[in-house]
Amino acid sequence: MPLFKKKITDTDLEKFIGQLLRYGVLLSSLIVVAGGGVYLYRHGGEIPQYHDFRGQPDKMKQLGPLLQAIGRGEGRPLVQLGLFILIATPIARIAFSIIGYLLEKDYLYVTITILVLAVILCNF
Amino acid sequence: MTILVFTALLFAGALAAGLLGSMTGLGGGVVLIPLLTLVFKVNIQYAIGTSLISVIATSSGAAAAYVREGITNIRLGMFLELATTLGAVGGAWLATLLSTSFIAILFGVILIISAIISFAKLADPVSTGNGSTLSRYLRLNSSFPTPEGEKPYLVKNVVGGFLMMNVAGLISGLLGIGSGALKVIAMDNIMRIPFKVSTTTSNFMIGVTAAASVGVYLKRGYIDPGLSMPVMLGVLVGAFIGSRLLTKARTASLKILFALVILVLAAEMMYSGFTHKI
Repeated sequence: MPLFKKKITDTDLEKFIGQLLRYGVLLSSLIVVAGGGVYLYRHGGEIPQYHDFRGQPDKMKQLGPLLQAIGRGEGRPLVQLGLFILIATPIARIAFSIIGYLLEKDYLYVTITILVLAVILCNF
Repeated sequence: MTILVFTALLFAGALAAGLLGSMTGLGGGVVLIPLLTLVFKVNIQYAIGTSLISVIATSSGAAAAYVREGITNIRLGMFLELATTLGAVGGAWLATLLSTSFIAILFGVILIISAIISFAKLADPVSTGNGSTLSRYLRLNSSFPTPEGEKPYLVKNVVGGFLMMNVAGLISGLLGIGSGALKVIAMDNIMRIPFKVSTTTSNFMIGVTAAASVGVYLKRGYIDPGLSMPVMLGVLVGAFIGSRLLTKARTASLKILFALVILVLAAEMMYSGFTHKI
């Protein structure tokens, strides 16, 4: 009964995707809370400046400089790391779906999912 | 106002936005951007980046629950994500070219359309017949659990739905919102999918759609940790509380109230755009 077997693997994939999304959001939130605590402790008394757009330094955009800044005990880069994990969560979901469809030998959806992943990744 | 007070107020505002967004199904993003720009005087490009982050957080958080219940049509979501991500990337690039005043006016227009759509009558789902050739080939026809057991449904007009999803993705990337209202039109009224399936599948796609455009915003420096931290956490807590409080009777009147709030915000956004205050 190939139909029955397919249903089971689909459900397994759904369960895994559900867990992945949940833990991704949870981990990212914890890191954002920690980074936010450090940030408020160090800069809580300053005046916020968000009226004009001034962009971000490289340490907020690239993983290498970001990790170095976290090593120096800075709060804002730690929050940014949490945001990176949050952004990576749905992207990881796509990547794992490719493996899932490969295991199911559903090559049509392997192709569709790879295309979606490619569209997302070419913008980072 | 110090950063500490600013952060606390932002957290409270985002919590309210997440609460209302999840209880009415209109999403938090539509009130977040007016809140940030009109009340907190934040630059609209920072506001859009911040909103995208909160959209990813709530979408992933809620999708986790729905996917496990087996309501979400993952194949359909995956296929339509091709449309929304392509649209979102285009929208994000467009946002870097347009003036902030123009974006504010466009935001107002989309807000009004979303509010009207949320009251539109949905077409009945289709459960008999063969479905279209394309939906059979793509294996989009499926079933979902109801109290009376698994209920099958067919997916109609795949091409029309795909094109509408392109537009939804474009708006999402351009304005930093989930554009759930446009996704529901595509799935309910064009593809004729049952409401429960379309809302959960739409929510499932919102995170990936936002992730496609967030790369552009990140590179340009529109994602600010000081703003994103209280907003993301506030919206998540609000959406979580909202999902627990959800009762049908209360949502009907709440939805009207929320739509009125949105109309006022839309008018204010458009006015600020026309007078170049944003």
